[in-house]
Amino acid sequence: MQTYDLEADGLRGLNAALHAQSSETNQTHWEIVNPRGSHAIAVGLDAPIEVNVKGSTGYYCGGMNKQATVHVYGSAGPGVAENMMSGTVVIDGDASQYAGATGNGGTLVIKGNASSRCGISMKGIDIVVHGNVGHMSAFMGQSGNLVVCGDAGEALGDSIYEARLFVRGSVKSLGADCVEKEMRPEHLDLLRDLLERGGCDAKPEEFKRYGSARQLYNFKVDNAY
Amino acid sequence: MTVKDIDKNGPPRTTPIQSATFSNPINAEIRRAAATGIYDIRGGGAKRRVPHFDDLLFLGASVSRYPLEGYRERCDTKVTLGTRFAKNPIELDIPITIAGMSFGALSGRAKEALGRGASEAGTSTTTGDGGMTPEERGHSTKLVYQYLPSRYGMNPDDLRKADAIEVVVGQGAKPGGGGMLLGQKISDRVADMRNLPKGIDQRSACRHPDWTGPDDLEIKILELREITAWEKPIYVKVGGTRPYYDVALAVKAGADVVVLDGMQGGTAATQDVFIEHVGLPTLACIRPAVQALQDLGVHREVQLIVSGGIRTGADVAKAMALGADAVSIGTAAMVAIGDNDPKWEAEYQKLGTTTGAYDDWHEGLDPAGITTQDPELQQRLDPVDAGRRLRNYLNVMTLEAQTIARACGHNDLHNLEPEDLCALTMEAAAMAQVPLAGTTWWPGKSGAGF
Ligand SMILES: Cc1cc2nc3c(=O)[nH]c(=O)nc-3n(C[C@H](O)[C@H](O)[C@H](O)COP(=O)(O)O)c2cc1C
Repeated sequence: MQTYDLEADGLRGLNAALHAQSSETNQTHWEIVNPRGSHAIAVGLDAPIEVNVKGSTGYYCGGMNKQATVHVYGSAGPGVAENMMSGTVVIDGDASQYAGATGNGGTLVIKGNASSRCGISMKGIDIVVHGNVGHMSAFMGQSGNLVVCGDAGEALGDSIYEARLFVRGSVKSLGADCVEKEMRPEHLDLLRDLLERGGCDAKPEEFKRYGSARQLYNFKVDNAY
Repeated sequence: MTVKDIDKNGPPRTTPIQSATFSNPINAEIRRAAATGIYDIRGGGAKRRVPHFDDLLFLGASVSRYPLEGYRERCDTKVTLGTRFAKNPIELDIPITIAGMSFGALSGRAKEALGRGASEAGTSTTTGDGGMTPEERGHSTKLVYQYLPSRYGMNPDDLRKADAIEVVVGQGAKPGGGGMLLGQKISDRVADMRNLPKGIDQRSACRHPDWTGPDDLEIKILELREITAWEKPIYVKVGGTRPYYDVALAVKAGADVVVLDGMQGGTAATQDVFIEHVGLPTLACIRPAVQALQDLGVHREVQLIVSGGIRTGADVAKAMALGADAVSIGTAAMVAIGDNDPKWEAEYQKLGTTTGAYDDWHEGLDPAGITTQDPELQQRLDPVDAGRRLRNYLNVMTLEAQTIARACGHNDLHNLEPEDLCALTMEAAAMAQVPLAGTTWWPGKSGAGF
């Protein structure tokens, strides 16, 4: 296992070392100590490595991740796993705003709560939140799945496209063009898999599904409010 | 007129007078809005006349300044962008770049033509909302990759393939607005690149999804630099609104280059009311932007690219004399490759418009095959030939700018300065902060005398 002291050795050295790993690397386990809320930790990775961050992170931890598994043993600042392409990012604590923003693929697991705009403009990522999500989550969500085991804040799924939202608890309000949808067997199967990947013991049957009413898809006079 | 005349012809009548306020075009628009209930969406930039580079003149050399020999004496045009922090700054042969125009708004062949023409002329081209296409990367020796609020097509591999990254905060045509690509232009390929269903209207957000404000932008730039190993210049593009503060904040956030786009700047599609009524004319943007760079001690270290209504070598020279390091063109590049060409007049007529006025670029019916995804219309544009036209045009603009610079006694376009200029109108004098022609004065200037 490689241990990297972020405070002592600096961010550039860390990301450079992680970027230097190829798919054949045998340095597959990395531990980052003293993150102390630094920004841009383990961004742009592209190798099947495991990176364990021992503490809380600042903005954009795991941003644009491909292949790697990044595990934050603490809480994550804004934009964790933004634009992730593949791989897995796990946050033991809470995540700040815009978690998983514009993510294209991979899995983001937040064991605590996520703040506002979780999954904003998501483009294929799967996000599993054990706790609650804040307002405007999945705003303009294009595709992928957002699973919320707790409650969702105001304007969930506002202006949503084809992303699927599953919420176990209450939804304070739905955003424009977001509606509750029937939970069919294929959705239960999908959700079962997501919950398993997210390490959640909740039952798929306890969730409601939300998605787009598709009424804002083409410009119409009556939509122009 | 006698009483007899009045008896014969009736009393004299007032000539019908059209209202300047309720003009025919305005009334037509009122009727159109009343009939459809939809605001007008169009492409292009502000069509109204605003103070512009045409309102400035160069003084040329005289007894107090001697000129350089046209053609013979050197007049450099090269510019290096991204010298502040990037490991690999971009070196361009000419200070005229091709602005970001999205694949989706433009056809793949049009993007290829822009790449070809720019590369042949030794300059860069820029992606746009919708991501990077292989045609464009393949044909552009220097490609700037836009990082936009929509993040359509954004991925780390393309980010690393780019020669520079441009964080788009706004555009001059619609500062504070997002984008729109209407369903009729969403082909399978466009839909796939943007991860959305085919045929639906695609909105591009007006704000970035994961940062707000200059402090966040600084961290976002850090992230982009870390992902790309601090190699690439990072540009920040802003629409002309509060240029002094926007430029200062972009510098503070760590930009290598600031791109400043005035209200004449084109767009692929936006509400007409937005294009015509929001933002500052390009001319009004440059001096405050340069002032901000000077106040921070980074003029020339952080390069300034100006766009919005650049058409000729004279415009290039004027923008540079006011302090820009380079300019960028969108609409003019489209015209050079064939947009609004009179040879399509019959087809423009069928679309209810005419050569020079065609701006329904969002509809995907472009007779010139440029702003369309229609497979047949696209074929009308030959990317090799169009690329050559763009190269020629870029060369002509460069030669024109050099002609002016030499006449003013400068051996580098970057040595042009406000001192070389005067203004034809009070407005232009005030905006450009150069003297009204024949005087030593401009509005707001304290003191007088030669
Ligand atoms: C067809 C078209 C598409 C455009 N697409 C984008 C875009 O995707 N991103 C962007 O930042 N600006 C876009 N712009 C604006 C240009 O980058 C540039 O700011 C503007 O065209 C400069 O003004 P000019 O057209 O007068 O040269 C577009 C402009 C046009 C004409």
